[in-house]
Amino acid sequence: MYDAAAGEEGAAGRLLQRLLGLDLLLAAGLLLVLALGFVVLYSASGGNPDMLYRQGLRAALGLTVMLVLARFPHPHLCQGSPWIYFLVVLSLLAVMFFGQVSNGAQRWLDLGLFRFQPSELMKLAMPMMLAWYFAERPLPPRPRELAVAGVILAVPVVLIARQPDLGTALLVAGSGLVVIFLAGIRWRILMGLAAAGLAMVPLLWHFMHDYQRQRVLTLLNPESDPLGAGYHIIQSKIAIGSGGVYGKGWLNGTQSQLEFLPERSTDFIFAVFAEEFGLFGVLVLLALYLFIILRGLVIAVRAQDTYARLLAGSLSCTFFIYVFVNMGMVSGLLPVVGVPLPLVSYGGTSMVTLMAAFGMLMSIQSHRRLLAR
Amino acid sequence: MSLRQPLKNHHQEQRLFLTRVVIVAIGVVLLFGVLAVRMGLLQVVGHSHFATLSQNNRVRLEVLPPPRGLIYDRHGRLLAENRPAYQLEVIPEQVDDMDDTLERLSRIIPLSDVEIRRFRSLLERKRAFQSVPLKLNLDEDALADFAVNRHRFPGVDVHARVARHYPQGAVMAHVVGYVGRINERELAEVDADRYAGTTHIGKTGVERHYESVLHGEPGYQKVEVNAQGRVLRVLERHPPRPGRDLVLGIDVRLQRVAQEALSGHAGAVVAMDPHSGEVLAMVSLPGFDPNRFVHGISFSAYDALRTDRRQPLFNRALSGQYPPGSTLKPVIALAGLEHEVIRAGEVMHTHGYYTLPNHSRRYRDWKNHGAVDMDKAITQSSDVYFYDLGHELGIDRLSGFLARFGLGKRTGIDSTGERPGILPSREWKQATHDQPWYPGETLITAIGQGYMLTTPMQMASVAATLATRGERVQPRLLRRYADPDGGSAHPLHPVPLTEVELNDPGNWAPVLESMEHVVHQRNGTAHGAIGSDLGYRMAGKTGTSQVFSLADGEEYDAEELAFYLRDHALFIGFAPAKDPRIAVAVVVEHGGSGGAVAAPVARRVMDAYLLEEAS
Repeated sequence: MYDAAAGEEGAAGRLLQRLLGLDLLLAAGLLLVLALGFVVLYSASGGNPDMLYRQGLRAALGLTVMLVLARFPHPHLCQGSPWIYFLVVLSLLAVMFFGQVSNGAQRWLDLGLFRFQPSELMKLAMPMMLAWYFAERPLPPRPRELAVAGVILAVPVVLIARQPDLGTALLVAGSGLVVIFLAGIRWRILMGLAAAGLAMVPLLWHFMHDYQRQRVLTLLNPESDPLGAGYHIIQSKIAIGSGGVYGKGWLNGTQSQLEFLPERSTDFIFAVFAEEFGLFGVLVLLALYLFIILRGLVIAVRAQDTYARLLAGSLSCTFFIYVFVNMGMVSGLLPVVGVPLPLVSYGGTSMVTLMAAFGMLMSIQSHRRLLAR
Repeated sequence: MSLRQPLKNHHQEQRLFLTRVVIVAIGVVLLFGVLAVRMGLLQVVGHSHFATLSQNNRVRLEVLPPPRGLIYDRHGRLLAENRPAYQLEVIPEQVDDMDDTLERLSRIIPLSDVEIRRFRSLLERKRAFQSVPLKLNLDEDALADFAVNRHRFPGVDVHARVARHYPQGAVMAHVVGYVGRINERELAEVDADRYAGTTHIGKTGVERHYESVLHGEPGYQKVEVNAQGRVLRVLERHPPRPGRDLVLGIDVRLQRVAQEALSGHAGAVVAMDPHSGEVLAMVSLPGFDPNRFVHGISFSAYDALRTDRRQPLFNRALSGQYPPGSTLKPVIALAGLEHEVIRAGEVMHTHGYYTLPNHSRRYRDWKNHGAVDMDKAITQSSDVYFYDLGHELGIDRLSGFLARFGLGKRTGIDSTGERPGILPSREWKQATHDQPWYPGETLITAIGQGYMLTTPMQMASVAATLATRGERVQPRLLRRYADPDGGSAHPLHPVPLTEVELNDPGNWAPVLESMEHVVHQRNGTAHGAIGSDLGYRMAGKTGTSQVFSLADGEEYDAEELAFYLRDHALFIGFAPAKDPRIAVAVVVEHGGSGGAVAAPVARRVMDAYLLEEAS
């Protein structure tokens, strides 16, 4: 498994890798998905030059961040992890008290020049913090350490869920739970926690916002909300289904081009893709995503210290959760929670955080070699 | 590695990790399998079903934006309405040669470069059959000119859209505020579903504060479209729910009177009902025409407004912070009585200036008052009396007492841009200047100068608090909601604030009496200008606040001073003195004397409210 991957990399690739800290396989996968994203966005936005330009800017910014982080040795990242974590928790608290209310939710912090969303940064800070926490302790973790990890996990998740931003809370929780799982939590404890979690569902329901409950109900019966999320799901299923095996062709998806499909360039862009490129295209996209995720897991396995392993594993899995939740919601398997399709959906701060995560993965991969020599 | 945890077994941990990653990888592949199966079910098994649905998908949802709530003054005069605005629109597919059409069109109706650029960028985004706006808000001449030539321009037509209009123009600009095109930042802050069809949003004033109430709920309609997306007919219509109409406490007539009374000066007038807190007039001059913002003001015009030295966009009534000067003296006197530092009849001998023990600096008065008691100190505005009172009170008690009148805090009025002013205190100075408090600063605070800053709204609130002998209510622009169904026609309940309760409520009377003397007694500072022929009893206090301070020994000569360094003229007051129904604060920027310039403004407003109300 290791040697096969290493053998594919030519001499030029090795040079690039050494100079830039790039992982060519991962970079190739990312660029392909990004390129595909622009093709779909062109169609979904009706060729809007403004949107394409802005998305291009975001991609460029993301790639820059990725390149910078790829050069950054991850042991420094490890030392900085708790600081970053506490800073982000503090800014989450700041959001709670001084944040900007938008859409009935308080997510933004206005720093005068620009606004930013601390919850987005938590997607990186959470796995970093937990990986740092477990890195120096013997694994599998003992119950006391698990309790501490639970607190590290719960505080920001609750803060984000209260904003309320269920999608992000879910991703942050996922990124943390993955670290705990990878750290080797014992099955007995895991099962116990899972059972307890199931028992909490009614309680969770009690604390949900009305619109969140509505989304769950809508999933069970889309017709109940024909103007909102229900209409979304109905139209997106029609779009996907009518695409068939080979799709209607680029720019020819009637569902999206005739504007039946809402949010077609953001959260529901996958439906446009599936309509125009069919099952064939979907499988190609799935394969690309799967390739990126597995490559990330390979990097995790080959990493030489616990921090790098746990961080790499968690970042790869978070990426997977993104893909799964978005595709699941667009195809009507999961409730609409507002998670974009990574690297493809228009807008959002998620592009930059995602690319930052891949930068870290690459840093872990390239510095492994340097450390080894 | 720390010593207390030497048990880390790296090899075993690595194997544990590998196992876990393999489990995760299997999970990932399995769940991707689930997705693939789901897609297969939709795209292969369900394909014919969904393809039929897609074929027959001729029903589209269209959002119907709600009409914005109207705004009235207290007597039902319209302050903000929705009017049809005519705009020139083009349907691209019906135009043979766009360049030629635009060129010929611009000979009839002037088209700016900005308009053409905006039109061309819209053109790229819209479908060929969709109408694209070219020129907004056509005036009647343009409308007529186009109507005559219409046959020459196939595909170009005039459409009526609804636009906000402010019939009172500049008179109500700072009260009502204005709406403008939603920008991206604002769009991120509102519920996108509610604003799907909305183009304008409240930017300032009442329009902004009550945005969520004024906006209403959008409706939607299901329309049938043909295969190209053209609308064939409306199948089902759920009308939008209009925004709620607001009735403000403002009286347009009073507002005009106040504006005319300021006669071209920059300044502010606030009048309120002391019992309900309803704002009867809130003027800030110079003003601007809010209608210019509705249709998108040009950059150059906006820049001209923004950089105008007289700051027409600046709402002085809420955002302007001025030293209250001598208008603060009645409150300082109350503080003295309350803390038993002075008694009303006690006489002090003054010499035209004041010195602190062991200091040489002379704190000057505007004249030598000789023997002064509290009544004379207020009536004739003696500074030395209040220097001494301030010194005896000390900054802590002084500042604490002023805080009870709400100074240094926003009143919480239902508008935008309100500022809190400054209530100086020992702690405030330490926090902002990192310096201790000096005794001399207490003296100038006691005559409302120095660090002390208040907004006209705060001063009106102080006047109202004096009028009600300590009862405080939050100033408010909204009087009531006017719902089309006629419900809730009652004024909203006043919002009570913490009352100013004196240890000895008997202390109110002498201070309020002295304020009456300011207006009605022969030597009162406002008597000469307004007191001789008043038809009712008024209580008030004049003030003159220094824009810059004179060095020790310099003389103030208004003639020689540049205009913008001249003193602000101030006045606060309420009437009728025994049964107050209106409280007023006036600031005339660089007006000079409070008695001569600001007091007549307040009087005209009170006259209009108390004497001409019946008419």
